[in-house]
Amino acid sequence: MTTAAWETVIGLETHVQLRTKSKMFCGCATAFGAPPNTQVCPVCLGLPGALPAPNGAAIGLAVRGALALGCTVHPRSIFARKNYFYPDLPKGYQISQFDQPLATSGTLSFVSAERGFVTATIVRLHLEEDAGKSVHDRFPKATAVDLNRSGVPLIEIVSGPDLRSPAEARAYLQTLKQLLEYIGISDCDMEKGSLRVDANVSVRRAGETALNTRTEVKNINAFSFVEKALTVERDRQIALVESGGSVTQQTMLYDSKENTVRPQRSKEESHDYRYFPEPDLPPLVLTPEFVAEQQSELPELPAAKRDRFVAAYALTREHATVVTSSRAVADYYEHVVHAGAEPQAAANWVMTEALADAKDHQEQLRVAPGALAQIIALVKGGTLSNQAAKKVFGEVAAKGGEPRTIAEALGLIQVADSNVVAGWVTDVLGAHAPEVGRYKNGETKLMAFFVGQVMRASKGKADPKLAQRVLEEKLAS
Amino acid sequence: MSDAKAVADRLVKAKRLNALLTPSKDLRKSLAAQEAAARPTGVLYGMPVSVKDNICTLEFTTTCGSRILEGYQSPYEATAVAKLKAAGALIAGKTNCDEFAMGSSTEHSAYGRVLHPLDKTRVPGGSSGGSAALVAAGAVPAALGSETGGSVRQPAAFCGVVGMKPTYGRVSRYGLVAFGSSLDQIGVFGRSVHDAARVLSVISGRDPRDSTCEDRDPLRLPTVPESLQGFVIGLPREYFPAELDPAVRRACERAIRLIKELGAAVREVSLPHTPYAVPTYYVIAPAEASSNLARYDGVRYGPRFNGSADVRSLYRSTRGQGFGAEVRRRIMIGTYVLSAGYYDAYYKRAQQMRALIAQDFRNAFDRGVDLLFTPTVPSPAFKAGEKLSDPIAMYMSDIFTVTANLAGLPAMSLPIGRVKGLPIGGQLIGQAFLEDEMIEAAYALERVVPATEEA
Repeated sequence: MTTAAWETVIGLETHVQLRTKSKMFCGCATAFGAPPNTQVCPVCLGLPGALPAPNGAAIGLAVRGALALGCTVHPRSIFARKNYFYPDLPKGYQISQFDQPLATSGTLSFVSAERGFVTATIVRLHLEEDAGKSVHDRFPKATAVDLNRSGVPLIEIVSGPDLRSPAEARAYLQTLKQLLEYIGISDCDMEKGSLRVDANVSVRRAGETALNTRTEVKNINAFSFVEKALTVERDRQIALVESGGSVTQQTMLYDSKENTVRPQRSKEESHDYRYFPEPDLPPLVLTPEFVAEQQSELPELPAAKRDRFVAAYALTREHATVVTSSRAVADYYEHVVHAGAEPQAAANWVMTEALADAKDHQEQLRVAPGALAQIIALVKGGTLSNQAAKKVFGEVAAKGGEPRTIAEALGLIQVADSNVVAGWVTDVLGAHAPEVGRYKNGETKLMAFFVGQVMRASKGKADPKLAQRVLEEKLAS
Repeated sequence: MSDAKAVADRLVKAKRLNALLTPSKDLRKSLAAQEAAARPTGVLYGMPVSVKDNICTLEFTTTCGSRILEGYQSPYEATAVAKLKAAGALIAGKTNCDEFAMGSSTEHSAYGRVLHPLDKTRVPGGSSGGSAALVAAGAVPAALGSETGGSVRQPAAFCGVVGMKPTYGRVSRYGLVAFGSSLDQIGVFGRSVHDAARVLSVISGRDPRDSTCEDRDPLRLPTVPESLQGFVIGLPREYFPAELDPAVRRACERAIRLIKELGAAVREVSLPHTPYAVPTYYVIAPAEASSNLARYDGVRYGPRFNGSADVRSLYRSTRGQGFGAEVRRRIMIGTYVLSAGYYDAYYKRAQQMRALIAQDFRNAFDRGVDLLFTPTVPSPAFKAGEKLSDPIAMYMSDIFTVTANLAGLPAMSLPIGRVKGLPIGGQLIGQAFLEDEMIEAAYALERVVPATEEA
């Protein structure tokens, strides 16, 4: 198989649970993990005669999401019924939006490993209610239905076919998740089902521009499966076409245990949802005041923040993107800079040490911004070597405390006293007479070796620049 | 006013009509309990009001005249019912109806047909035939029905009682089992205009549980006027076709003469899209019904009609056996008109026609007409079985009533005479949310019209 000759085209449909206390069309709680069928009422059970009443908080959060994605928010949108039969769909239809969605035409920019900075289009964003949950493994030979989730508010975000690899799909989704968490409209927890993704996948020969027949990949139920599932499907399609076959438009279910995809049985598929405007709900009319209010609730968005960081701190767009990846990290970075750290050095430290440490410690940024600024200052002033500074960082992270005090306690302060350094230099040169001879015969690259030996002799405490200067003096004489 | 036992006795006496679905024992027990709990300060204190069986009550089962909801006990009650109880009324049993309110004769009930109180070989009209028959038989002064395309006015006309359908959005639909959601409204039957109007006033008004219910105060009742001086009553010519039953025409002409004598100006108007109303209705109502009735699948409530483990066959047998033929017919029509490839040709065009029909009414009202007067139904009550094998003939019984549902306007029927002993109804159609004007005119006409005399 010659993957390089092929281009993958992916579009994602992402369902995101909005962070509301109550459901989309009734007052029932949305809390995760309650005993089955305890957060239900006539409305979300679909009892005869019950009617939906929209949750204004959910509408507000959806509008914030749409604004954050740069979408056009429509002053008038229409709820529609999506009709299909399933035991966990109590009304026999899902209230969604169809031909007149809440918002259209947005964008989401992310960093692609292959193409750098990529902007994907957001085709549409609409509001809908969730279905219940069918539980197949609880009772032998029977399916149980839990309707706690029935009626929970969701937004569906549909991207254009703008992603060119499984890795890009993952990067897009990661960025989308960060954005939605950033603005606080969802907790985007795939394990709790508050973020779900289906993917449309097709392949074409490199250079082609038309879209080929696509499949829809479903059942990608963890973040780590996104790339795997799409890779499996891409490879399946390429192998199929290369062996003379053609791709059929169908739904593929991903099996994470086997890391395979299989076609959904046609029985499980609904072919015609018979959408029509929901007669129980008037058109959703948003006043300019309401939209403006939602706008004012938005924090500075990652893209704006990234551009500002590029302008204000002279960071590259890639560095700025990493530093603004979450609100917490961006705020942390700015605090470090405001505490006096040089912006690029601060970015380097945040992107490497701080994020690595956070990753191992429940996403906690354990070193206070002021302390990190101090560490950076100690490096800049020649008091700490980079190596020593990392040790100090780890120590402050683990135990807290003031960096200089800790550096002193650990004996990591660089020795800038030229007499002391000269002593180490003398020892090193005495111990390496052959190398001194070679150096004097023109093999000047041995300087690095001498500096290393001085550092070793000083147990890392010598100021390397000073050591080199003293070495040069002594070797010249 | 009336004690529980007397109320129950009167209802039990009317049992031969098969108008009431509530067993006598349950009825007596509940009425006694309700009377003890009723608030004496309520404006309807002690008034018995029977309720169509597609409106949810805590007191009795709610079956919608269907096997698929046999024995179904709602865990909540409709807003209209709660308002009645808060006003001191007694919920006097549940009334028989066409299954899920689909029909014009109350022959399509899984629990047997309702007899016309004046002629047991005839139908009481439908779908709210049970409510109409009980009021006509004098068993209760008022009853709730529901309308999607004339299901209160048509049986009111057949049975010789007053039937009112408010403006769409005047009364909460919460707890009214949905048939055609964009058309459905709860309506009221009364022995008199006043009985119907005061019940309507109590159940009207805003309800946060129904997003299509207007944010308005309850309807205020007008006083009985001395004359109709200043009223302009329009007579839409499409409602008086050449083939109109001569007796119906005679009764209407007599009523029109009386309206003029009361001082109203009478003017002929045209509602040119009227001929399209029935076909439009029979696309929109079944389309919404096909979706609204999807929830009856045997999964969560109601009987299951098989023991198979396969969910598809559970659906098939529950819905195949639980629904009657007329309901199945409408579900199939509705599913068809919403299907990909047919939506534009049927549902979308029907919506466009609906807008034109509503515009016809606005045009008439914009030209200075206050109210329209028409026959309610083209003929008096027909014989049981007469139209069962011809659904189209049955549907044409709604020809003068479906327009008000499509346009969302308030409309009512009141008795204006009889032909060979069978009641004839006259219809008033009002402007949106101007029920008070309609009721005012009805008060005046009711006082002068010889409602029980041959026309």
